[in-house]
Amino acid sequence: MSDPKKEWPLWEVFVRGKGGLSHRHVGSVHAADAKMAVEHARDTYTRRLEGVSLWVVPSAEITASDPGDAAALFEPAEDKVYRHPTFYSIPDHIKHL
Amino acid sequence: MARDLPPLAAYAMRLGDDALILGQRLSEWCGHAPALEVDLSLANVALDQIGQATHFLGLAGEIEGKGRDADALAFRRDVMDFTNCLLVEQPNGDFAQTIARQFLFSHYQELLYAALATSKDARFAAVAAKAVKEVTYHATLASDWVVRLGDGTDESRARMIAGLDWMWRFADELFAMDEIDAAALAAGVGVDKAALRGAWDQRVDAVLAEATLERPPARRPVLGGRAGRHSEHLGHLLTEMQFLQRAYPGATW
Repeated sequence: MSDPKKEWPLWEVFVRGKGGLSHRHVGSVHAADAKMAVEHARDTYTRRLEGVSLWVVPSAEITASDPGDAAALFEPAEDKVYRHPTFYSIPDHIKHL
Repeated sequence: MARDLPPLAAYAMRLGDDALILGQRLSEWCGHAPALEVDLSLANVALDQIGQATHFLGLAGEIEGKGRDADALAFRRDVMDFTNCLLVEQPNGDFAQTIARQFLFSHYQELLYAALATSKDARFAAVAAKAVKEVTYHATLASDWVVRLGDGTDESRARMIAGLDWMWRFADELFAMDEIDAAALAAGVGVDKAALRGAWDQRVDAVLAEATLERPPARRPVLGGRAGRHSEHLGHLLTEMQFLQRAYPGATW
């Protein structure tokens, strides 16, 4: 395992906590292929009843935004508070919102 | 001695001993496995086995009725009083040898628990019904590794063949029926282990075929574990497992 080129590729792990929730990124595992990645994800991230479903995705398949573009991508949203639905008053009898 | 126990206590004890000794063996990998993820896989299997051992040994003590609990049976018996099969006490060797042992045993244990889950005795049935889900995963995990190693590189294949060669002579004992097994079966509690052999052969052969491996040649089976006649390996395992309770009897924390 000392030679990084011989290490198994990295997979990102997503766990669905329970029915109705979306899969959430929880971490990553090394594995030789998708089947092994699911087993490693099961053994690493669902030992304490964390989930009912697993996704694994090759880390190399993820395309990330460029941190250098952060200013153009994200800062324009900073002064647009009207995009938040916080100007409505919620009636008391509405739960779970 | 195991032979002085009521038959059903002895029956529960051998179920517990198989799980306990295999769990202890697998625990030896903790911190040494080929990869962090594999370390966790093996530790999870070990903990499942030790959990099953706790239930079955607790049940053995309960049926015996002399106040011995699971800890007393695990830590204060000597080697000749253990009734586990010889397969589970075999040394870990390399990773492939460990996988070979797990592969042969988990398929047996899955079939055994599936049958035991229909036991007339609700105590046995409840433990087996819960544990069979755990063991189904162990069998899948071990089978996947047999295929990977067998159908892998020249080195992994050679190691997998050597591992299966080491473990194969202990497979027959899994299905051997002695008087304790017969008594438990007659009482409607135990499982006809001999009847599981056909399904086990089918499962094992299917995985070996996928792994492009030959079934090792039949050899004279090695028996004796159920009667307390163990290989030299078990004594060494027990000295480590039982050290604390022998050095500090009754210690709790």
